Amino acid sequence: MNKTENNKAWFLVLPVFVIVAFSAIIPLMTIVNYSVQDIFGPNQRVFVGTEWFVDVLGDPRLRDALWRQFLFSGLVLLIEIPLGVLIALAMPKQGWLVSVVLVVLALPLLIPWNVIGTIWIIFTRPDIGLLGVAINGLGVQFDHTASPLDAWVTVILMEVWHWTPLVALLAYAGLRAIPDAYFQAARIDGASAWATFRYIQLPKMRGVLTIAVLLRFMDSFLIYAEPFVLTGGGPGNSTTFLSIYLVKVAVGQFDLGPAAAFSIIYFLIILLFSWLFYQALLNVGTGEKR
Amino acid sequence: MRLKKSAIGLIIYLTLLMLPIYWMFNMSLQTNADILGGFSMYPANPTLKNYIKIFTDESWYSGYINSITYVSINMVISLSVALPAAYAFSRYRFLGDKHMFFWLLTNRMAPPAVFLLPFFQLYSTFGLIDTHIAVALAHTLFNVPLAVWILEGFMSGVSREIDETAYIDGYSFPRFFITVFMPLIRSGIGVTAFFCFMFSWVELLLARTLTTTVAKPIAAVMTRTVSASGLDWGLLAAAGILTIVPGALVIWFVRNHMAKGFALGRV
Repeated sequence: MNKTENNKAWFLVLPVFVIVAFSAIIPLMTIVNYSVQDIFGPNQRVFVGTEWFVDVLGDPRLRDALWRQFLFSGLVLLIEIPLGVLIALAMPKQGWLVSVVLVVLALPLLIPWNVIGTIWIIFTRPDIGLLGVAINGLGVQFDHTASPLDAWVTVILMEVWHWTPLVALLAYAGLRAIPDAYFQAARIDGASAWATFRYIQLPKMRGVLTIAVLLRFMDSFLIYAEPFVLTGGGPGNSTTFLSIYLVKVAVGQFDLGPAAAFSIIYFLIILLFSWLFYQALLNVGTGEKR
Repeated sequence: MRLKKSAIGLIIYLTLLMLPIYWMFNMSLQTNADILGGFSMYPANPTLKNYIKIFTDESWYSGYINSITYVSINMVISLSVALPAAYAFSRYRFLGDKHMFFWLLTNRMAPPAVFLLPFFQLYSTFGLIDTHIAVALAHTLFNVPLAVWILEGFMSGVSREIDETAYIDGYSFPRFFITVFMPLIRSGIGVTAFFCFMFSWVELLLARTLTTTVAKPIAAVMTRTVSASGLDWGLLAAAGILTIVPGALVIWFVRNHMAKGFALGRV
């Protein structure tokens, strides 16, 4: 697209910059400030340099939480993205059914996150919860409060239930934007359904899928309220993800310095991976456009 | 045949999707004793007691009013700052535009758990704790970047010739923007409003930290249902069902435009 060069456009961006800077930069600087000091009280603080960063990086529980977090986000992306695309492909293309499907899909997205955790507590209870009763009815012992594997299955299931609709909505948006002419051309060429998907629909969805992958990666990496309410990070530490551990350090032990250092590292990890995803998704497939 | 198979798949998926929500609805029509008494697919003695309690007890219904208030303020702020910025990104090249665009997105990546204390201190300094505006401002952190991104997509879909014609006709920028351009992208504004609504409505950590009593959001009220006899599941479920209603209304208004939302994006 040929845009005109105009530095006055900055005036239009300025309000956004000011409001986001107020909410982002000032708190971020506070965090940086904490991360290099040892704070005893309101007026007693000592500069400690990189000590907290060294401490945090050497903390084995943090490293465990980090690997758990990567496993969780990886699994979530691997399930939600293909499932969301499949749902979008199956959705009706016109008529009143579209409205109904869209509204039903959006329902889980509208529930406050701590309430999601609460619903799933009761939904999976083996005595009075629908899912718990159903699974135990099949003769499988299932209890997410006792078995780490069951806890993982429950948390992943909850996450997939909660967020796949977002991927589906985005993918559907991408599909609807493809002009009919593409499909007519594919039909004339006698392209199979797979070929149509692989060479027309998938490349055309790249933009929305980039947003979907980025949003899902960021939000799943930051997940807090749902697993905290559902499992409390247990049994043991098996579902203690990064932010649950971070809050334990920051609020539970009230170690501001380490917590701040921890959060800066946390932020940098997300930034790095989001940038990698962004670059990868911008470039993948562009070589195939002949 | 293929079409039918996918339709069956979709129906199965949507049914599974509705099950947890049905279960919440089922519980909301029962008393706590009935819920804990035993497993039942449907309420044996349906009662509206839980809903009546929510609509008559001020500590409950004020939670909804508070949430709706700060979510609305947030939507207004987010849209009014994001509209001009998205226009700039979609129409002009300027110094640092790409960096700015990605920087905006990075603000979604900060762990909210970390920002709690600095946010509390910042808003205390300005005397804004326990006001709706504080929560609305805090939520702009993740809503403004998203709003800019979505709106930019819609605006890029509008032909530049419209701008040029309007300028030749002697329209000033503000007049052109409000009377010509905004009506053209109103579906985009609707979709953006929905996403701002959704992310602000479901956020709990920041909203709970910045409020104590006057502006307490419904999600925080719901964490206080623990009494001497344990959780009141029926009341909690009814409150949960009611949290879905405002969002469902919003989505009903923008349903026809949802699909276009992200499709025109430039990514």
